[in-house]
Amino acid sequence: MDLTTIWFLAIAVLWTGYFVLEGFDFGVGMLLPVVGRDDTDRRVMINAIGPVWDGNEVWLITAIGATFAAFPAWYGSMLSGFYLPLLAVLLALIARGVAFEYRGKVDDPRWRRRWDVAIVVGSTVPALVWGLLFANLVHGLPMDAGHVVRAGLGDLRHPYALLGALTTATVFLLHGAVFLALKTDGPVRVLARTVALRTALVAVPALVGFLGWTLAQRPTGWTLPVGVVAVLALVAGTGLTARGREGRGFAATALAIVATTVVLFGSMFPVLVPSTTDPAFSLTVAGAASGGYTLQVMSWIALVMLPLVIGYQAWSYWVFRRRVTRAHIAPAH
Amino acid sequence: MTALDLARWQFGITTVYHFLFVPLTIGLSAIVAILQTAWHRTGKVEYLRATRFLGKLFLINFAMGVVTGIVQEFQFGMNWSSYSTFVGDVFGAPLAMEALLAFFLESTFIGLWIFGWDRLPRRVHLACIWVVAVGTNLSAYFIIAANAWMRHPVGFAVDPATGRARLTDIWAVLTNDQAWSTYLHVVSGAFIAAGLFVVAVSAYKIQRARWPRRGDTAPHPSEGGLFRKTLRLGFAVTAIAGALVVFSGDHQAKLMAQYEPMKLAGAEALWEDEQGAGFSLFAVGDIREGRNHVNVQVPNVLSFLATGHLDGDVQGINDVQQRLEQQYGPGDYRPDIAVLYWSFRLMMGLGMAGVGIGVLGLWLTRRGRLPDRRWMYRVAVLGLPAALAANVFGWLLTEMGRQPWTVVGELLTAASVSPGVSLTEVAISLSAFTLIYAVLAVIEARLLFRYVVAGPGAVMPYPTDPADGDTGTAAARPDPADERVPAFVY
Ligand code: HDD
Ligand code: HEM
Ligand code: HEM
Repeated sequence: MDLTTIWFLAIAVLWTGYFVLEGFDFGVGMLLPVVGRDDTDRRVMINAIGPVWDGNEVWLITAIGATFAAFPAWYGSMLSGFYLPLLAVLLALIARGVAFEYRGKVDDPRWRRRWDVAIVVGSTVPALVWGLLFANLVHGLPMDAGHVVRAGLGDLRHPYALLGALTTATVFLLHGAVFLALKTDGPVRVLARTVALRTALVAVPALVGFLGWTLAQRPTGWTLPVGVVAVLALVAGTGLTARGREGRGFAATALAIVATTVVLFGSMFPVLVPSTTDPAFSLTVAGAASGGYTLQVMSWIALVMLPLVIGYQAWSYWVFRRRVTRAHIAPAH
Repeated sequence: MTALDLARWQFGITTVYHFLFVPLTIGLSAIVAILQTAWHRTGKVEYLRATRFLGKLFLINFAMGVVTGIVQEFQFGMNWSSYSTFVGDVFGAPLAMEALLAFFLESTFIGLWIFGWDRLPRRVHLACIWVVAVGTNLSAYFIIAANAWMRHPVGFAVDPATGRARLTDIWAVLTNDQAWSTYLHVVSGAFIAAGLFVVAVSAYKIQRARWPRRGDTAPHPSEGGLFRKTLRLGFAVTAIAGALVVFSGDHQAKLMAQYEPMKLAGAEALWEDEQGAGFSLFAVGDIREGRNHVNVQVPNVLSFLATGHLDGDVQGINDVQQRLEQQYGPGDYRPDIAVLYWSFRLMMGLGMAGVGIGVLGLWLTRRGRLPDRRWMYRVAVLGLPAALAANVFGWLLTEMGRQPWTVVGELLTAASVSPGVSLTEVAISLSAFTLIYAVLAVIEARLLFRYVVAGPGAVMPYPTDPADGDTGTAAARPDPADERVPAFVY
C-alpha cells in the first residue's frame, strides 16, 4: 500500500473517531429539552459528557489538520466549496462550547435557558451539516479544472444530500440517547431508553435509504456488506438498550457509525470528489496528495502519537466510568 | 471592497481575537499548576483556595480560547484555499502535529482536571494540570513554527510541475531560527499578560477590601493574606518574563533586519539606507513622497538594535523597494508604514509599561509591605489591558509588516485567497463572526468580573466552624473520602 492510501485511511480513521465520539455528545445536546425535564436533569446530561466533549472535538480538528497536511488540495476545495454550511458549523461549535462551560456558572433560570438553546442549536446544526457535506462529496460537485468548487447553496440541497443530513442527525440522536441510558441513572436513564426506541423508528429507515442510495451511486462491491452491518448494528443497539443491556447497546450503535463512515470513505476512494462539470476535473487521492516526504514524516508522528492519544482518552473514559445521577449535581458555582 | 479585503479583515479580526485568550491560557495554566503544587507541598488550604479561584477564572478564559481556535483551523481552507494548496505540504505538517501532540493532550487532561478533583489521587490530579500547562506551551511552538516559516521559508522546494511547495526538510522548518526566537518572544509576552492578569485580580480585591463600596460585606479575614501572595506571584512572573521578552525582542529585531528589511524600515519610518541609523521616537511622514516631515531620533540606536553595531548598515524603505522590484518585477512592496511604525512603538511602550509595573510592584511589596495609596492599585489593574494590547500590536507588526506577501518571496497575499468564494459569502461570515465575537466578549468579561467580585469564597465556601480556620495546615493525607475536594461541575 502506498503512503497516499495510508493517509487516506488515516483521515478516514480520524473522521470515524470523530463521528463515534462527538456523535453521542451531539445527540445528548439535541436531547437536552426532550430528556431533561428540569434543570437538575439537564445538568445530569451535560455532566455526563462534560469531561470528554472537548477531547471528542479534537478528533475533528485533527482530521482537518491532517487533511491540510496530507491532501492540501482536498482541504482547500472542500472547505472553500462548503463555505456557508461550514460557517454554520463553526458558529454552532462556538456557541455550544461556550455554553457547556458557562451555563452552570450563573444561578439564574433565564441565563440557563439561553445557553440551553445554544446547546440544542449548536448540536443540531453540525449533526445535520456533516451528513449534507459527506453526501455531497460522494455525489460530486460542480468543480473546474483547478478544483475550484463553483456551487451555490442550491446545488448542495438535492434530495440525496438532505437524506444524508437526516441520517446523521437521527443516528447521532439515537447514539446519544443510548449513551445517556448507559451513563446516567434515575429519570434521565428511563426516559433516554424510551427516546432511543422512538428515534430508531426514523433513524433506521433513514440509514437504510441513505446507505442504499450511496451504494447505488458509487458501487464498489465490498461496501455492501459493510452497509448491512451498519443497519443491523443500529437495530441491535436499539434492542439491547431497550432490554437494559446498555453497554452492549452503546457498542452496537458505535459500530453502526463506524460501518457507516467506512461505507462513505470507501465510496470516496480513489476519487475524492467527482466533478459534475467534467469528470476529467475530478479530485483524486493522488492528485490532492502532498509529497512523499511530508507523508513519511507525518506517518511516523501519527504512528507514535495516535496509539498514545487513544490510550489516554480511553483512560479518561475509565476514570469517569461511573453513572452520573442527580445526587452528583452539587449546587452551582 | 473585494473578497480579498474582507478575507483579510476577517483573518485579522478572528486571529487577534483568538490571541486575546491565548496568552492568558498559556500563562495561567502554569500559574494555576504552580499554586496547586504549592498546596500539594505545604497542605495549606490557602493555596488550594487560590488554585480553585484562579482555576475558575482560567477555565472561563480557556473556553473562549478553544472555540475561537476551531475557527482558525478551518479558516485557511475556507478563505485562503490557494494559499492552502500552495503551502499545505509544508505548513500543514506542523499544524497537524500541533493537533496530534498538543490539542489532544490539553483537551483530555483539562477534562480530567475539572471533573477529576474527587476521582483521582491527588498526585495524579496535580499531574493533570501540569500536562495541560505543558501541552498548551507545546502547542504554541508548532503554530509559531508554521507562522515563522511564512516569514522566513526554509526546508522546501517549489515543484515545477504543480507549482506547489514541497517539504524537503522538516527539521529545518522546526528549528528555523525565526521559529524559536519568535516562540520565546511570544511565550514571554504571554506570561507577562498572565502575570498581570493575576496582578489585576489581586490588586482589585485588595483595593476593594481596603476601600469598600457601600453595600460590600467584609471579606473573610484570610483573604488579605491570600491576595498578597498571588499579587507577589503575579509581579514575579511578569518581571521574569519581562527580562526574556527584551532579550528575545532584541533578537527578533536582528532577524527582521536580515530576513525582512522592509518590515524593519517600515517600523522605523527609515526611508533611505543609512549607516549608524537612529531610533525614531516620533515621526510624521509622507508615504507618497517617501520621506519624513518630522523625525525625533536617538542617534545610532536603531543600527545597534538591528545589527549589534552602533554604526551598522540599516536598509531604508525606498532602497528596499527598488531592490525588490529588481528581484520580483514591478509592484509596490511596501506594507502600511504608519501601522507598522505605531504598532512597533505601542508594543514596546505598553508592554514595557506592564513589565515596569511588575518590577516596581515586586519592590513595593517587599518584606510584607503593601502600598497604601489607592491609585497604585488602579494602575496595577491597568497593566492587564496594556499587556494584552502589546501582544496585539506585536502581531499587527509581524503580520501586516509581512505584506504584500503571505509567504515572503514566494506567494503574494493577493494570490492566496479562495477563487471560488464570493464577496457576499465573505461578508456574511465576517459579519457573523464579528457579531458573535462581540457578544461573547461582553458575556465573558461580565462573567469574569462577577467571579472576581464574588471572590474565592464563592468557589470554595469558608468553613463555618471557626476552629478549623483557613490558615491551618490541614495535612494533605492520601484522600480519605470525607476530605475530598469536590469537582467542578457544569
Ligand atoms: C502562541 C500561541 C498560539 C497561536 C499563535 C495560535 N494559537 Fe490556537 N491555541 C493556542 C495557542 C496559539 C492555545 C493556548 O494552545 C489554545 C488556547 C486555548 C486552548 O485550548 O489552546 C489554542 C486553541 C486552539 C484550538 C482549539 C483546540 C482545542 O479544541 O482544544 C485550535 C483549533 C487552534 N488553537 C488553532 C490555531 C490556528 C490554526 C492558529 C493560527 C492562525 C492559532 N491557533 C494561533
Ligand atoms: C500560525 C499562525 C498564523 C498564520 C499562519 C497566519 C497567517 C496569516 C494569513 C494567511 C493572513 C492573511 C493575509 C493578510 O491579509 O495578511 C494573515 C493576516 C493577519 N494575521 Fe496572521 N497568521 C498567524 C498568526 C497570527 C496571530 C496569532 C495573529 C495575532 C493575534 C495574527 C494577526 C494577523 C493580522 C492582524 C492579519 C491581517 C493583516 C493584514 O491584513 O494586513 N496572525 N495572517
Ligand atoms: C524592548 C522590548 C521589545 C522589543 C525590542 C520587541 C521586538 C519585537 C520585534 C522586532 C517583533 C517583530 C518580529 C517580526 O515580525 O519578525 C516583535 C513582535 C512581537 N512582540 Fe515584541 N518586542 C518588545 C516587547 C514586547 C512586549 C513587552 C510584548 C508583549 C507583552 C511583545 C509582544 C510581541 C508579540 C506578540 C509579537 C508578534 C510575534 C512575533 O513576531 O514575535 N513585545 N517584537
